[in-house]
Amino acid sequence: MSGRRIFTRPARLAAIAPYLWMALFFLVPFGFVLKIALSQTAIAQPPYVPVFDLAAGWESFKAALSALSFDNFKLLVSDDLYIFSYVRSLVVAITSTVILLLIGYPVAYGMSRLPQRWQPVAMMLVIVPFWTSFLIRIYAWINVLQHDGLLNKLLLALGIVDKPLVWLATDSAMYLGIVYSYFPFMILPLYATLSKMDDALLEAAADLGASRLKAFWLVTFPLSLPGIGAGVLLCFIPIVGEFVIPDLLAGSDRMMIGQTLWLEFFTNKDWPVASAIAIVLLALLLVPLLIYEKLQRRHLETH
Amino acid sequence: MTASRTPLLRIASVVKRFGGVTAVDDLSLDIGAGEFFALLGPSGCGKTTLLRMLAGFEAPDAGAIHLNGADIAHVRPHERPVNMMFQNYALFPHLTVEGNIAFGLKRAGLPKDEIAARVAEMIALVRLDGLQARRPDQLSGGQRQRVALARSLARRPQVLLLDEPMAALDKKLREGTQAELMQVQRRLGMTFIIVTHDQEEAMTVADRIGVMDKGKLVQVAPPRELYEAPNSRWIAGFVGDINLIEGQAAARQSGHFTIVTQNAGTIVASHVPSSAIGNVCVAIRPEKIRLSQPAPDAAASVNTFTGILTSTGFLGGVSVYSVKLDQGAVFRVAVANATRAAADGFAAGQRVSLSFAPDDVVVLDR
Amino acid sequence: MAARGTRLSAFNMASVALGLAFLYLPIAILVIYSFNASRLVTVWGGWSLRWYTEFFNDDAMLSAAWMSLRVAFCSATAATVLGTLAAVALSRGERFRGRTLFSGMLYAPLVMPEVITGLSLLLLFVAIDAGRGFWTVTIAHTTLTMCFVAVVVQSRLNALDRSLEEAAMDLGCPPVQAFIAVTLPLILPSIAAGWMLAFTLSLDDLVIASFTTGPGSATLPIRIYSEVRLGVKPEINAICTLVIGAVALVIVAASLASKLTSEQGESAAPL
Repeated sequence: MSGRRIFTRPARLAAIAPYLWMALFFLVPFGFVLKIALSQTAIAQPPYVPVFDLAAGWESFKAALSALSFDNFKLLVSDDLYIFSYVRSLVVAITSTVILLLIGYPVAYGMSRLPQRWQPVAMMLVIVPFWTSFLIRIYAWINVLQHDGLLNKLLLALGIVDKPLVWLATDSAMYLGIVYSYFPFMILPLYATLSKMDDALLEAAADLGASRLKAFWLVTFPLSLPGIGAGVLLCFIPIVGEFVIPDLLAGSDRMMIGQTLWLEFFTNKDWPVASAIAIVLLALLLVPLLIYEKLQRRHLETH
Repeated sequence: MTASRTPLLRIASVVKRFGGVTAVDDLSLDIGAGEFFALLGPSGCGKTTLLRMLAGFEAPDAGAIHLNGADIAHVRPHERPVNMMFQNYALFPHLTVEGNIAFGLKRAGLPKDEIAARVAEMIALVRLDGLQARRPDQLSGGQRQRVALARSLARRPQVLLLDEPMAALDKKLREGTQAELMQVQRRLGMTFIIVTHDQEEAMTVADRIGVMDKGKLVQVAPPRELYEAPNSRWIAGFVGDINLIEGQAAARQSGHFTIVTQNAGTIVASHVPSSAIGNVCVAIRPEKIRLSQPAPDAAASVNTFTGILTSTGFLGGVSVYSVKLDQGAVFRVAVANATRAAADGFAAGQRVSLSFAPDDVVVLDR
Repeated sequence: MAARGTRLSAFNMASVALGLAFLYLPIAILVIYSFNASRLVTVWGGWSLRWYTEFFNDDAMLSAAWMSLRVAFCSATAATVLGTLAAVALSRGERFRGRTLFSGMLYAPLVMPEVITGLSLLLLFVAIDAGRGFWTVTIAHTTLTMCFVAVVVQSRLNALDRSLEEAAMDLGCPPVQAFIAVTLPLILPSIAAGWMLAFTLSLDDLVIASFTTGPGSATLPIRIYSEVRLGVKPEINAICTLVIGAVALVIVAASLASKLTSEQGESAAPL
């Protein structure tokens, strides 16, 4: 029953400032990305043509409009380099998300089964690395994985290998870095859902003849699906556009789309192509984004 | 104290809808100053919605609510001289007991020393001495309830609304709290309106009870009248246990009315509403029925029947028996266990005779 | 919750333990090696603070660190204000026109790849001819971290007992005052947690800062990144340890503060 109407008017007013901010600094910029994606690169400041000058009148505006083209998009679709980059990004994202789910679920499940007083502590322990610098943690792995780093030293000492292996600049290192960085993003939604589960449900399942394994599969797992959905999307979507981790840990021969965008923008100074890459990436992620939005709304706004 | 001449609170044809559901349906009610009034009904009957409209958290879609003559239906809750005691107490966790009680007084802008005096008065009234500096999470359920009461009385409202205040308490605590509430109400002479789904509670504390069903008031009466003179089958069945038997109103002779039933023979009643023609329902409370060993001249007496005892139940203060009459109807009979030794010795399967006075029969036409 | 009894199996325990070890091991190694007197990871040269002194003598790094701190502080504060307002609107505002768009815009940065948000903000700044430097990075970080604050505060607001606000109104508070007197004190821990989260995220951000910063306004992550590309440097270990120490300190302080002012239903974890 909502008799809380009395609050709603002042509460809605509170939305004005953030609304304007996000409209200006989040929504409007996408318009600019689209516009630049339709432009051509130029050796100029800013490095693209056409430049819309609102003060120059209607004619010049029309001329500028006609100078827009889909050339950049055609380039993306025709050049193997870009297609490969998109595909690689999706493959890496899917693989990483699967690994994260396989590793994260047992950990989250274990956390939810801890005695009540230890659970907040476990939560803290999972969150704290997330609050320490992400870059630092990747760097920490570089430290461990480098040619004369600790991992090789350990393997040599244990006699598992007889000469140091190459870990850095490989896909394995990249996956390690991704899984490491996104670990909390997978665990927290899973834990949130699993910890809310009523013990009585498992007891009822046992009472009705289900073994521990069966009870997990038939009761716990289906009920944790919302958490799985949230965790999967929370990891998959950003991983597709990842830049830092593949740049630092993976080889430089094959690039993910985030790296390609960075390269085009910072090295080639080709803003229009970079913008086109961003637009296509956004289009690819549109469906997962919408699903994520719906899940987030349902989770946070069922009150 | 029964309702005085001019009602303090007059609810006039109030309607409240939520989407397609009508929660309160054209309801009118007068409540007098100093009255302890109970709103009783099953869940979903609209009693809580009505209470929230009195508090100001809901506004009626139609109708008026007059407090001392002024229509407060659309006055904001913080501007009404009405206070509410919430079901889960809603104590402010970040304030002490004193802070909670003083909260409303500070909003009223009273001077500091007067606030302190009023808070002390409230603490004494609900017997919370020594607990002033504690926080809500350091109190027991009963103590928290008393803080909620003190806080809602501090501003000396004209009407105090209580939203199922004893729902979270166990039986013993509830009984003690009911007595305390009645004491406080009598001492302050304030008008209390309590919403409850617990009949016993309503009957214990209230001067008058308004029974609601599906947004309407079905009957408003003091507890005794509600119990002994229900105005409909529904009320009769809702309040306490009762035997209901359908029949046809037949002859009337010298102050006695005869009702012919299908499965309980002929029943004689002393009081029948004038509208009782044709199909009526006969209602007899279980404790008004006398059980005895079958007597040979049973058939001749008025309202005397024979049957078989089908089940017995010992409930401490009373024993409840089910008797299936030879004619077919099943009566529930409640007999007080007045002595410690099991004197009557009725057992299942036994033939018994039951009888009741025509005065104790209620005839309902709806 | 029903009694736990023998819920915790060995497998569960092992999973949790391994998971936590995985998370903390590289950090532990990094911290230890920041005190390594030798430049090489292969050799342990004894305990030394030389990399710390080298950091404090490195002007470029120090100014980048100072820049990062200022940006983080300003953007976290702005993000907390805006994020809390957004949370209040979404939690108490019921349905209103444009709510779907509003919540969509608000939650999107949580998952949007940073290259996209960074690029789009830069293009905006170029289009309006804004000089890129401290303010553009701050605005960018505020936009990014606002949603994190909103999520944290909104969770708490939703969980809060609404009848507390009603009780305050019943006792004479107009709606806004009821919010300030009763709700605000109770969500303050969440607001503080949101601030800390925004602060950390800003301090740590590389991609968006790279896009939106200007010449001479490099942030610490930008400098660290450019150094790291050239290979492992022990000075970086020292910087990282300092950052970790600072963050750990803040978290411990926050936990202690929340324990001292603990209310019913508050868990130890700020999120």
